[in-house]
Amino acid sequence: MRKIFIIISLLIAITLFAEFPDGNELIRKVDDNMYSKNAVSTSRMIVHGRRGSRTMEIKSWAEGENRSFSEYLSPPRDAGTKMLKLEDKLWIYNPSSDRTIQISGHMLRQSMMGSDLSYEDMMEENELIKIYNAEVTEEEIINERDCWIVLLTAKVEDAAYQTKKVWIDKERYLPLREERFGKSGKLLKTTEIKEVFRIGKRWYPKNMVFKDVLKKGKGTEFIIDSIEFDVEIPESRFSKAALRK
Amino acid sequence: MIFKLAMKNILGAGFRTWLNIFILSLSYFAIIALQGFYVGWQDDASREMKNWDFAGGQYWQENYDPYDPFTLEDSHAAIPKDLQKLIAEGEAIPILFSPATIYPDGRMRNIVLKGIDPNQNLIELPTKYLADHDEEIYCIIGSGFAYNLNIKEGDYIVLRWRDKNGTYDARDIKVAHIFSTTVLTVESNQIWIPLLILQEMLGHPNEATIITIKDEMYSKEFSGWQYRDLDFLLLDLTNLIQVKTVGSSVMYAILLFLAMIAIFDTQILAIFRRRKEMGTMMAMGMTRPKIIQLFTLEGVLHAVLAIFMGAIYGIPLLRHFEKVGMKFGADAKDWGLSGLDDALYPVYGWKLVVGTIILVLITTTIVSFLPTRKIAKLKPTDALRGKMTK
Repeated sequence: MRKIFIIISLLIAITLFAEFPDGNELIRKVDDNMYSKNAVSTSRMIVHGRRGSRTMEIKSWAEGENRSFSEYLSPPRDAGTKMLKLEDKLWIYNPSSDRTIQISGHMLRQSMMGSDLSYEDMMEENELIKIYNAEVTEEEIINERDCWIVLLTAKVEDAAYQTKKVWIDKERYLPLREERFGKSGKLLKTTEIKEVFRIGKRWYPKNMVFKDVLKKGKGTEFIIDSIEFDVEIPESRFSKAALRK
Repeated sequence: MIFKLAMKNILGAGFRTWLNIFILSLSYFAIIALQGFYVGWQDDASREMKNWDFAGGQYWQENYDPYDPFTLEDSHAAIPKDLQKLIAEGEAIPILFSPATIYPDGRMRNIVLKGIDPNQNLIELPTKYLADHDEEIYCIIGSGFAYNLNIKEGDYIVLRWRDKNGTYDARDIKVAHIFSTTVLTVESNQIWIPLLILQEMLGHPNEATIITIKDEMYSKEFSGWQYRDLDFLLLDLTNLIQVKTVGSSVMYAILLFLAMIAIFDTQILAIFRRRKEMGTMMAMGMTRPKIIQLFTLEGVLHAVLAIFMGAIYGIPLLRHFEKVGMKFGADAKDWGLSGLDDALYPVYGWKLVVGTIILVLITTTIVSFLPTRKIAKLKPTDALRGKMTK
């Protein structure tokens, strides 16, 4: 009787496990959906602080994971601020002081323009498959969408987050929610996608909220107003000279 | 005889003499009092800095630069074997630094996280509060920093850091003790936790950023480490006090200048009004150098009498300052100066007192002598008629 029970339990477990797709295959599909050769976008970043909210309009140019350039268009206080990321280096140009500074060390941990994102978050490598091993653990409905819950465990030593939990839309291969954990398992940051849109074959986040859970506040909202993939970006865009133009 | 005569002359001048003496005595008092505070501050600050931070000197990992926070992440290395022996004997303590972030009351703040042996006795940091806690990480924080963060003993703070590979981690740490010190280098924007825990958190076993030693070891050199002696470690304080002293010497100069103008005026006036007296003295056989000596001595006696007058009101006042110190209305720690507590206690060494007296006496002698040069050309006949020889 006991043997039969164990066999039935094992069969149920194997059947349930078999229903889950391969995690690594899943995140490869997510990477394929999310990342393109290059992209040009206009977006808004809304920082919800203690004393109200602040909206910044940003135009960004990105090529792969290692090169990006962004310019703040508004509000007037931040307009003209530019950021250049080349590999693991980041420079910021401040128009009021007409100076370019390289952000490194301690400063990378600071909040980017008062948001819940640090400069380090911006520098992080984005393609999941390069950094993580994935395992599908559960399924759940998020925003009326069927999702796989995928546990990502770092396979490289220098991953910023040891583990991540990602809710991936079963059909669109888009992460609708993400939780980032420290080595000891403490939840550090969350990302929630509130609205998505379709561009060609891709599904892309339209409105997402980043939250540093250790900090008080409602987080930072990021709204993509327009985005174009695989467009021609001149080489000069990713140069330090472009910061002062 | 000259001394008696000079004394008789200046006392005879009455109120004018006493006014000059008072002004001069104020100069003595101000110089000694202010310098005493600076000496007291330097003594206090260097003693406290040795007790709380530097001990007998420090070895710094070669990348460490306290003025460049960007160097912190790379400022760690294995502890040299010779120093490990000293550490085992309690003659040295390794300290590891790391940049980290805390979230007191949900606010983000970048800090320097420092790891130290809880059982150390070399410096006065109350590290015993860090010892023996199974699951939790206990920390100690300086009172000024704790006040800024609005945290109390027993509170928990979220600490976030990155290990040697750049991977984030975070833990709640408990504030085991809030210590009070005047040494800002151990309290400002920093949190202390046990060394072994920090080494484990960062993945830097048996490594340190600085090694504080009990006794100075000028001869020992270790590859990758630089020895910093007390002269070097206290250089900032010495320079700061030197700058302050130079700044305050402007005030001494003004006070001395006022007193010297009074002496100079008195001398000029005396030589002008006492021409007939000088003629009589010459007629009675007194030589010109003797007369110059007399008039110069009269000027110098002002400074001598000022010493006594200054002593009458100065000694009780300076003693009073020595006992109660000079109280600061605001929290002096907020001024960002090490060694300043709620009160500053002056130190008056004999060098300071004798040095000030010599300075004032020499200045007074010169100022008293200058107007008397005219006497050297004075003819007795002109003097007796009340004329100055041109």
